[in-house]
Order: sequence, then structure tokens, then C-alpha cells
Amino acid sequence: MLDRFDPALDPTFVAPDRTRLIARLKAFLPNDGLLTTPEAMKVYESDGLAAYRGMPGLVALPRKTAEVRAVLMICADMGVPVVARGAGTGLSGGALPFPGCVLLSLSRFNQILGVDPDAMTARVQPGVRNLAISEAAAPFGLFYAPDPSSQLACSIGGNVAENAGGVHCLKYGLTVHNLQSVELVTLEGEIITLGGPAPDAPGFDLMALITGSEGLLGVITEVTVKLLPQPVHARVLLAAFASVRAGGEAVAAIIAAGIIPAGLEMMDNLALTAAEAHVHAGYPTDAAAILLCELDGATADIDEEMARVISVCEAAGATQTRVACDEAERAQFWAGRKGAFPAMGRLAPDYYCIDGTIPRRRLADVLEEIARLSREHGLPVANVFHAGDGNLHPLILYDARVDGQMEQAETLGGAILELCVAVGGSITGEHGVGREKINQMCAQFGTPEIEIFAAIKAAFDPAGLLNPGKAIPTLARCAEFGAMHVHKGAVPFAHLDRL
Amino acid sequence: MPTSTACRDADVAESLADAVRRASETHTPLRIVGGDSKRFFGRPSTDDVLSVASHRGVIAYEPTELVITARAGTPIVDIEALLATRGQMLAFEPPVFGPTSTIGGVVATGLSGPRRPFAGAVRDFVLGVTVLDGQGRSLRLGGTVVKNVAGFDGFRLMAGALGCLGVLLDVSLRVVPKPRAERALSLQLDNSASATLLTGLVRRPLPVSGAFHDGARLNLRLSGADAAVAQAAREIGGEDAPLGPWDDLRHMRLPLLSAPRLWRLAVPRTAGDLTLEGRWLHDWAGAQRWLVTDELADQVRAVAVAVGGHATLFRGAGPDEAVFTSLPPPLLALHQRLKATFDPAGIINPGRMYKEL
Ligand SMILES: Cc1cc2nc3c(=O)[nH]c(=O)nc-3n(C[C@H](O)[C@H](O)[C@H](O)COP(=O)(O)OP(=O)(O)OC[C@H]3O[C@@H](n4cnc5c(N)ncnc54)[C@H](O)[C@@H]3O)c2cc1C
Repeated sequence: MLDRFDPALDPTFVAPDRTRLIARLKAFLPNDGLLTTPEAMKVYESDGLAAYRGMPGLVALPRKTAEVRAVLMICADMGVPVVARGAGTGLSGGALPFPGCVLLSLSRFNQILGVDPDAMTARVQPGVRNLAISEAAAPFGLFYAPDPSSQLACSIGGNVAENAGGVHCLKYGLTVHNLQSVELVTLEGEIITLGGPAPDAPGFDLMALITGSEGLLGVITEVTVKLLPQPVHARVLLAAFASVRAGGEAVAAIIAAGIIPAGLEMMDNLALTAAEAHVHAGYPTDAAAILLCELDGATADIDEEMARVISVCEAAGATQTRVACDEAERAQFWAGRKGAFPAMGRLAPDYYCIDGTIPRRRLADVLEEIARLSREHGLPVANVFHAGDGNLHPLILYDARVDGQMEQAETLGGAILELCVAVGGSITGEHGVGREKINQMCAQFGTPEIEIFAAIKAAFDPAGLLNPGKAIPTLARCAEFGAMHVHKGAVPFAHLDRL
Repeated sequence: MPTSTACRDADVAESLADAVRRASETHTPLRIVGGDSKRFFGRPSTDDVLSVASHRGVIAYEPTELVITARAGTPIVDIEALLATRGQMLAFEPPVFGPTSTIGGVVATGLSGPRRPFAGAVRDFVLGVTVLDGQGRSLRLGGTVVKNVAGFDGFRLMAGALGCLGVLLDVSLRVVPKPRAERALSLQLDNSASATLLTGLVRRPLPVSGAFHDGARLNLRLSGADAAVAQAAREIGGEDAPLGPWDDLRHMRLPLLSAPRLWRLAVPRTAGDLTLEGRWLHDWAGAQRWLVTDELADQVRAVAVAVGGHATLFRGAGPDEAVFTSLPPPLLALHQRLKATFDPAGIINPGRMYKEL
């Protein structure tokens, strides 16, 4: 499994003098800021991709930029790898400890420094939880738009590092679209501010480059986010379909009609029945798929657009359309969607969440192909996802206690991602490459791109100590991956049209 | 390139790559040019010209995907005309300085129009690029899907990089549906009263898509669904005004904006009036300020920096004059390393942004 780092395919480092490292770090960290025992470090063994585990060398828990800087400079000096970690909700093993690393947990570096209602910004430390920002902004009638389903727990630093998305990103954009400035500490100990209070900053757009950089380029120590006015009204439609194909076609048709919903989510039968059993959202369990389509804005516009969405859905063959009659029912419809991941526990002991994106018009084809792959690999797949932006989340159901099932799930997941690439999409829409998709990077990119990514990393982190073995594969790994995939002699998914 | 081919779609990526490879071998610096309509922007250069204008044509346009992919030399007017046939548009409203202006130049300069504070900038809509690095290698960064976090966002980095990181071959942009209703208002308010009004307005979910003060009046544009626009217009008041001046603002045809020496100050919207003598136009609800002044360049920059912003000598820089506000040393060092990453021989638009780059 990929949580084992491979000296032939991943970066390697000489082990440092641990006693000396501890002594040096202690001098700069608060008393409770360094964990050294296996018992204390156990919770940092994995992130949200719990199947991947590894022990760090040490865990550092800074509360200030100066402390982060000291840790980075000591690690740079002693050649020790550093893995940043926010809340550890990442689903791609991005915060998985590298053997012997200093795991830099930013969870205690978590103060909201201020909300400026006139500038419509909030200045926060990296460990602040996503939802806490919107809560702090709410008294001013403002909110922070990117809302990953993990928003109760995940940190803004982790959101920036992953360029996190959410249900409302179709209309309001991803993390990268909602940032005003970011403070970054480099491994060399430079404290750099990217972006700023003005609408743009001189020079290259390094803030965009840092967003989604998965802890490979520097450690984010402060974030100023943009806040938006809360919409006055929002209504949600539930549309049911007799086939996933019809549901997929409705998605493309809604966008084609010039409507950008605030959210457009789809669930297939397996997902919606599990969610229904879990939270009683009122979903029609006989439907092959449902869409949740949220519209916000002025009341009259919502009514007019809702009428158009309903007729588009009906034209696509909707068997039922229901607009939530009040706030309570709206919350209930969404509770089912937001509870869909946890609901998987009813179907299988474990689930493995995949995160590919595809052009919207290929939705129906791809969902049918995933169903075929699911049969071929012998593991059920439930689908619950951000349909409006073509971001799939196939959930592969398995049982880790059964020997080989995790590997089987990984293989199926890899096949689904390669399918996404084959139809012109991407191996990850919001969860990041992390450790999990390090091999599929070789399917999405060629050697020149992998080389340029590695060179960008080297421009920030010449020694390669920040989150090694993640996000950007070595060329050796891609050579190995290529050899593995070519031996069958055929192009993957040759029966599907290319872009 | 002979001009006779420049009006036809053509894929000349190979010959462009050859030209870059040759230049890299001989260490010949190149000035990358699309329509050359923004020649005035950035530090002046006398390097050999590499024109991308004949690498032209829309590669893919799928209205239901809200994505268009076009070769860098495609005229922006052609792209906007094509989008309009399907009721779509570029949300960032780039200024177009002439019919030859290309999509590559739009992305490279990263200039956005009046809608920018409300809809986003060029960088917010770039989904992917194909770019030739300084060794003539073709790199495909990003893609054509709206969400994609695989690999570093090198494609977004290209927006506003002034071609210093490579020669754009094609770009994929997210497009948006045209608003169903659009309406302009004009209010008799001085600049500080207008700033106060705007601070309140933008905090509310109103369909504002433009806000500029021309020195005498506050001009507002509303775009969106019919009811929202009508309702907002009622609430805000003022007089109905023609939409024409918004086009002039966007394409920088208003008299002040055609001044031979023009400053652009990007500052926090809430910065208040700045102590620089001259003629001002406040766009972007006060976050982008155009200034014609006799003040010294250092003074203009110092004032902008003091409020957290920066100043660009947008037009009219002398041969040795800085155009952009200088970067703090650690940030400049990173820029230099990135430049060396993409262009080790330093032949792609050297010095166009900064002398040291
Ligand atoms: C139930 C569930 C639902 C989810 N739904 C969504 C969703 O809808 N949309 C979505 O986008 N994601 C979703 N996620 C994934 C995850 O929550 C996001 O990726 C989130 O952004 C991770 O934040 P974190 O603080 O937990 O980061 P971590 O998991 O701790 O770290 C993630 C990555 O960021 C790096 N990192 C963290 N903090 C910093 C920092 N300060 N500086 C530099 N690098 C740093 C780490 O090294 C790692 O590579 C979901 C996860 C779960 C468990």
C-alpha cells in the first residue's frame, strides 16, 4: 500500500540526531508544544484517509509564526523532513507522516485575529476551523463562501493548502477565489506575504501558486479571506430520476440554460437510500438518482429560475420534483447530502472516497462506466457528488478486515481516476493528490510537466524537505507506473471517446 | 510571420517552439507579442519579436461546460463574438485596445475590467494553459474542467505574468452566462460620500457589477436577474444612465484613461482619499484608481504602499523607469528562482516586468 514510502521511488533523507533535534526544538516551542512518545503521537498517525498510517519522528505544536519559523529553520539546518498538518481531515493522505519527519500540527495556532466588515475580510490564524470564520462573520451579515462538507472540523490552513471546494463553489468559487492574502513561511525561514489588502499585488500571482500546494512549498501561518454578503433567500429543489443518465443530462441542461445554481449535487440510489436511513431527509428511495439544486438571490428571481430548472428537469425525465416548502425542509434536504459520507457506515465497514473531475457532459457515460468497473472489481460504489462542477465522489465500499479488500479498493479507485483523465478530466477536484494519487499524477501529466512541478518545488524548497513523497511523483515513480500500465498493451478506456 | 496568414486559423505551435529553442541556444532575448496592442504596458523592450498572432483559432467551445479553449493568437473580439452567440461572456471584461488584441495577451497582462471586484479577475477564470517554456518545451498545465487541484496551479501563475514565464500557446477559460438584465445608474455624489455609500452597498447581496466615480458622479451598473436588478435600482435611487460609458471605461476610452502618462493604483477599497495632486478616476468601488499627476514616481508609489496597495505606471514609462512597484527582497528572490525554473536562459520577455527578472 502507498503508506509505505519506497526508497527507490520516493525521496530519502539521512536520519538526524534525535536527541539534538529535540533539544533544539524545545528551546523555541511552548512547554506543551513538542510530542515525542508514540502514545502521544498516535493520533497524528493518519489523516482522513485512515487506511494510510505512519509514525512521525516528532510532533511540534506551535502557536505563533515565530515558532513555526524556528521549527522550519532547525529542520532545514538538520535536514529533517517536515509535514504540515491542519485538522487532519484531508482525504488524500496529504498529512500522512513521512518516516522520521517533524509533523507540524497547526491546530493550536487557531485565533481569529479580526473581522473587518467594511473591507469584508477576516484575518485568521491557520488552525482556525472553516465554519468558525462564517460564524464570526455572521453578525455582520457576511459569510465565508467555500464550505467543504468537513467545515466543522477542517482548518483554513488546510483549505488553502488543498484549494478546498464545497457545495456552494459552483456559484461562489473555490478557496483560491476567496482569498485576500496569505502569510507563508519558507523552509529557509523567510516570512512572506502574498496578496494583500489591495485587489492584486505586484509580481507573479504567488498566492494562486501557494493555494493547493499541499504543504510542499511553505507553511501557511496567516490567512485573510474575503467575505460575501449572506444571500437573502435560498430555495432548494429535489428532483428524482429513474436513471443516473437522466440525472446527469439534467445537470448539463440546467447549466446550458444559463442558470448557475448556488449548489447542484447528485446522489445515486445506493447513496440516497443510505442517507435516507441515516438522517430521514425525505428522499424518494425508489429513485435511481436525485439532484439537489439550490438557487439564491431575490425572491422573484428564484421563483422564475426555479420554474425553469423544474421544466429542464422534467424535460430530462424527472419522475418527481419537490421544492422544499420551508427552511426546515431545506435544511433536511441538505442534511441528507451532508450526512451521506457518514451514512456509508450502514452499507459497509469502510468506504474509500474518490475525487475525480470530468466535463459535465460526460457525467452519464462516466457514471455508467464506474458501475461497470464496480462490477468488474467486485466492490459496490455509491455516488454522491458536486454534479454542477463535474466533481465526482464515488465511494467504494469495502471491509478492511477482509484480506486484500483495501488493495482491491485502491485498484478500483485508481481505475476510476484514470477514467476521469481519459475523458478529459482530472484525478482530483478538491481533495488533493497527497500520497494517495501520487501514481495517477503520472497518468494525468507527462514528464515535462512533472519536471516543472519538481522545479517549482525546488524554487521554494531546494532541499525537498517539505512534505516529501506527496503530490509530485519522482520520475522514477512515473517510469515504474508507466511500465505497470503499458504491459497490457492497450490504451486505458479505449472504448470511450477522447475529448 | 507573413500577415496574409494572420487572419486564418492555424496551428503554428511547432514553429513557435522551434523559434524559442533557437533563441535559447543562441541566448537571444525575445519580446513575445500577440496583437501588440498593449506594447505600452510593462517595461519597454527592443528585443527580437516573436509573434504568436498567427497561432490562432478556437480549439473547443462547449457552452454547457462554460469553457472555451483557444490558441493564444485568437483575437479577443472574435472570442467575445462567439460567446455572445450562445449568450455567454468573459466575466472579467478585459480591456481591448484594438481589433488585433489576442486572448494570449489578455491572459498574460492579466488586466480585468469594471466587473472585476464583483465577478473576479482573469486569474480566477483561467482553467488551463499550454505554454512553451524558455527551452521550447510545451507544458500543459491545468485543464478544461472547473475543478482541478492536481499539480501546482502553474496556469493561474501565467495570468498577469506578462509572458515572463513562457509563451502561451493556448488557454482554457471559464465563461459565464450573460446577465438577463443590465442597467446603469448615476448619482450626484462627491467621492467621499460615494465611498461611504459603496461601503454599505457592497456589504449587501445586491447585483452590483460596476462602481466608478469619475470625479463628479458615482456611476453604478447592475447586472443579474430581472427582479433583483429592478429592486436594487429602486432601493439605490439616482438617475438612469446609458450603458455606453461602461464600455468606454472597460476599454479605457474615457478621456482621463487615454492620458499619455497614466498611473494605476491598486489599493484597499476602503483606503479613503489619497494625498496626491492630480486628476483621479476611482473604479472597482475605489480599489482601482487611475491617476494623471505630475507628482514624482517615488511619491506616488509611497502613498499607494502606505495604504497597503501598489502603483503601476500603466502607460508612459520612460526607458529606464520602473513600471511596477518593487518587490521585497525575499519575494524578488522567489520570482527570480521561478523565472529561472521556466526560463533558465532568461530569453522570454526579460525585463518586461522587472529589470531583475
Ligand atoms: C467527511 C469529509 C468531507 C469532506 N468534504 C470536503 C469537501 O466538500 N470539499 C473539500 O474540498 N474537501 C473535503 N474534505 C477534505 C478535507 O476536509 C479538506 O481537504 C480540507 O481542506 C483539509 O483541511 P485540514 O485542516 O483537515 O488539513 P489536513 O488534512 O491536516 O492537511 C491537508 C494538507 O494540507 C497541508 N497543510 C495543512 N495545513 C497547512 C498549513 N498551515 N500550511 C501548509 N500546509 C498545510 C498538509 O500538509 C496536507 O498536505 C472532506 C473530508 C472529510 C473527512
